[in-house]
Amino acid sequence: MNNKPKIGVYVCHCGINISHTVDVEAVAEFASQLPNVRVAREYSYMCSDPGQALIREDIKNEGLNRVVVASCSPRMHELTFRKTLAEAGLNPYYLEMANIREHCSWVHGDREKATAKAKRLVAAAAVKARLLEPLQEKEVDVEPASLIIGAGIAGIQAALDIAEAGFKVYLVEKTPSVGGRMSQLDKTFPTLDCSACILTPKMVDVASHPNIELLTYSQVEDVSGYVGNFDVKVRKKARYVDMDKCTGCGVCAQECRLTGRIPSEFDEGMGKRAAIYLPFPQAVPAKYTIDPERCLMLTRGKCGKSPKCVDACGTGAINFEQEDEIVEFKVGSIIVATGFDVFDASRKPEYGYNDYENVITGLELERLVSASGPTGGDILIGKGDDAYVPKDIAFIKCVGSRDKSVGNEYCSRVCCMYTAKLAHLLTEKIPDANVRVYYMDVRAFGKGFEEFYDRVRREGVRYIRGNPSEVFKRGDKLVVKAENTLTSTPVEDEVDLVVLAVGLEPRRDAREIIDILRLSQSGDRFYMEAHPKLAPVDTATDGVFLAGCAQGPKDIPDTVAQAKGAASSALVLLSSGKVKVQAQVSHINEDTCRGCGYCVEICPYSAIELVTVNQFGHEALVARVNDALCKGCGACVAGCFSGSAQQKSFMDGQILPQIAALGVMR
Amino acid sequence: MNTEVQSFIQKHDLLGCIQCGRCTGGCPVNTRTDLNVRRIVYDALDESMLDELAKLPEVWDCTTCETCAIRCPKGLKPMEVLIGLRNILVESGVIQPTVRDALESAFREGNPWSKPKATRSDWMQGLDVKIAVPGEKVENLIFVCCTIAYDPKVQVIAQNFVKVLNKAGIDYGFVGDDEVCCASEIYNMGEVGEDGLFEMMVEDGTELLNSFDTTRIVTLSPHCYDALKNQYPDLQAEVIHYTHLLKEILEDEKLVFTKEFAQKIVFHDPCYLGKRNDVYDEPRYILNQIPGAEQVEFSRNRERSLCCEGGGGKMWAETESHKERLAEERVRDAKELGATILAVACPFCVLTLDDAVKAKGFEEEMQVMEILEIAGKLIE
Repeated sequence: MNNKPKIGVYVCHCGINISHTVDVEAVAEFASQLPNVRVAREYSYMCSDPGQALIREDIKNEGLNRVVVASCSPRMHELTFRKTLAEAGLNPYYLEMANIREHCSWVHGDREKATAKAKRLVAAAAVKARLLEPLQEKEVDVEPASLIIGAGIAGIQAALDIAEAGFKVYLVEKTPSVGGRMSQLDKTFPTLDCSACILTPKMVDVASHPNIELLTYSQVEDVSGYVGNFDVKVRKKARYVDMDKCTGCGVCAQECRLTGRIPSEFDEGMGKRAAIYLPFPQAVPAKYTIDPERCLMLTRGKCGKSPKCVDACGTGAINFEQEDEIVEFKVGSIIVATGFDVFDASRKPEYGYNDYENVITGLELERLVSASGPTGGDILIGKGDDAYVPKDIAFIKCVGSRDKSVGNEYCSRVCCMYTAKLAHLLTEKIPDANVRVYYMDVRAFGKGFEEFYDRVRREGVRYIRGNPSEVFKRGDKLVVKAENTLTSTPVEDEVDLVVLAVGLEPRRDAREIIDILRLSQSGDRFYMEAHPKLAPVDTATDGVFLAGCAQGPKDIPDTVAQAKGAASSALVLLSSGKVKVQAQVSHINEDTCRGCGYCVEICPYSAIELVTVNQFGHEALVARVNDALCKGCGACVAGCFSGSAQQKSFMDGQILPQIAALGVMR
Repeated sequence: MNTEVQSFIQKHDLLGCIQCGRCTGGCPVNTRTDLNVRRIVYDALDESMLDELAKLPEVWDCTTCETCAIRCPKGLKPMEVLIGLRNILVESGVIQPTVRDALESAFREGNPWSKPKATRSDWMQGLDVKIAVPGEKVENLIFVCCTIAYDPKVQVIAQNFVKVLNKAGIDYGFVGDDEVCCASEIYNMGEVGEDGLFEMMVEDGTELLNSFDTTRIVTLSPHCYDALKNQYPDLQAEVIHYTHLLKEILEDEKLVFTKEFAQKIVFHDPCYLGKRNDVYDEPRYILNQIPGAEQVEFSRNRERSLCCEGGGGKMWAETESHKERLAEERVRDAKELGATILAVACPFCVLTLDDAVKAKGFEEEMQVMEILEIAGKLIE
């Protein structure tokens, strides 16, 4: 092939996005005079069909072998134009883009100077285009299985979708049961569906589906490999109960010496459990687990004369010798559905959450309202004979949300509606209750939300506009100190119960998954999607997807929708069976590499390893890049002391002349 | 004019306000005065309103306890808006004579109490006090406070501190006659801004304090503590409150409370120590070392402590309200708890709460005592 560069330059107007600041005709005219440029054109939308056709025809008719498109950011349309080149039979990596929109027209006002800058950018791109080399895209096989981390409603839904499509799913859940936060809820807004009634069938389905391997009380320890070929290591924690023998009868828990002594995580501490426990009656699997941090046998090696659970168990299921198990498997894609934690109300000490038993969170009230909760659905505050039914009840919204002082600027999106729902349930359960909601805005944006908010108000729940500043005790009553901002009246409202509508936060151990999967966090500290609009379930790590509140606060419908989106994205990979790997990878010249290992250390994708090679009869250590793992970030190139690491399409020999052509280097 | 007002809006980030009401909701004086800082933040968005707003008498009801700023979910400081309005009034020259006198006295005599500079150290008479010398090394440089230095009702704080320091064998030195007001209250009365008295006093004070060879400055009043710590950016030494040092002394057992003090003690958190600077545990640690004493807590303690209305220039700008003072509410709460000692760690709190005890006629049941006063009793 005659490799003398014949370059086509295409200057895009982008409607008026570029042309109103940059004289595109002048840029094209300038480009046509550049060395090796055979044709230069301008067109209103290069990315449109006719725009691309221009390039294809010129490649055929003019024999072009390099193309420069001066338009938007390569993030936007590099793939589009690579395809155009390929369609015309040219290696797609003979494309160079000059970004004269984001880097020029959008950020400048002076037409003359912007035009001059656009010319330079185009000239520099043309210089680099001359030096481009063809690259080949490789394909690798995809392991036809998926790992899903977290078995709340997001993980459950994604698992069912993938399993139904005929692929293997490993569903890993940290706690002893699937179900997640949704299983803690009594009713769901705005329809007042019974949460358990709609969730439990799905929980049973994931446990019985032939394509789903359920790993409860388990944690992902390590993930290596790359899109299509991840190696996963999971720790199955010892339950100290033989899953095959346990029938879930529960006699052990009744007999346990610590029965009713340990705060139940599922009941948010409103109820108590034993050291051997089933988190909740509908738990899946319906198998008991021993809490290793509480069990007398496991902490002290002694439980009376003999452990009562062992004596009680009819099937001999209890085994104190059980050990953690490591399970290893391969998957092609991963979905992270690790959910959220509720805001820790003790971080707003002015609300007295730590001081008063009648200041509780929304999730705690949820457990009180629930028929399966510690009070059987009765709203009882306090213990034993002192327990009472509250009459004056105040909700405080936005606790830990929209609040810079605790570092959470975001709206948690569910509190307005769960407050309305709980207020409704309280008026139902305590007909003479006087319920008021202190709010700063009511955000009822979802389907049926505003209608529900309307209904709750008409049922007699009073909405008072003013975010309370503090809660303190006066006699037997709690005082909510606030201002009614609609009347400019200070309020000292005396109530029996304060419910804090706590917001949603990233899991406190969110870091663990970040380290294992190399995820990013957005400003709100939730896991970051690849693009907020166009890639909302993807992550920066290929083959890893997000679902549910791990990515940001959302309600159940949105969570399910996103879970289905993540499942679909995972399925695209699995069902195509092949995945293309990045072609613009880094390459290390083994003749000059000194084997110092610095690149191995700084590579964020663990794509480089040191290998021993034979150099003229001597064994030498050199760095080698795994093309399938490399993302082409260039960190090793920048870090390499000997200049041995070079990134394809961005080699020193290509970008230094490009920079020089910009005229900014001396 | 336009750009000036713009800067008021920008300076106070008024456009960031979402009118949630936490500021006014938490404002301790909202039960007894017309002050509604949320409304003022809203009204101040109209540039033509500023001069009118500055004339509202309730602007002077703010005690600068800073609750509004701490509670604000958007990071605004509504209290600073009020100080900005006071500044407009101060610059216009139309201010209450008492405020004017305090500012003038601060300028002339280095204290807002219209007392002669020369008598600042009179409280030391008859005591063995070490005075620090510029350039000579001293571990703890003691900063007394104008109110403690001049007001006979609270001089006892400094006098007892001398006793404590001497007995514990601490390396210390008082700033002495050259000490001038920390200017905290000057700031609060709105004498701020370019060429303002506050800025001038900070500059002079920094120069004076930096002339001593010390690693830390120990303040007696939380108001001086707050000012020196947060508003003197060029100070070289670390600034602590005396409760920090006293806790250290007790921890190191340089001093041990051995005398019985069979009292029921409730501690009142001063705003400038607690809310504004998060010092909650040190005073409680000290009180917990007292043999024979029982400790009780207000429901409104720590972050929720009720302001005594001593700060924010209130010593010189009396509010017009005749409703019950917050200090009176506070001593009522203390009485309900059955407390016999209302312990405080601030001279303003001593003055306001002591007045309240007298106004309520609780002298028989209850006594207001500064922590240093109690400490002094226990080491006699």
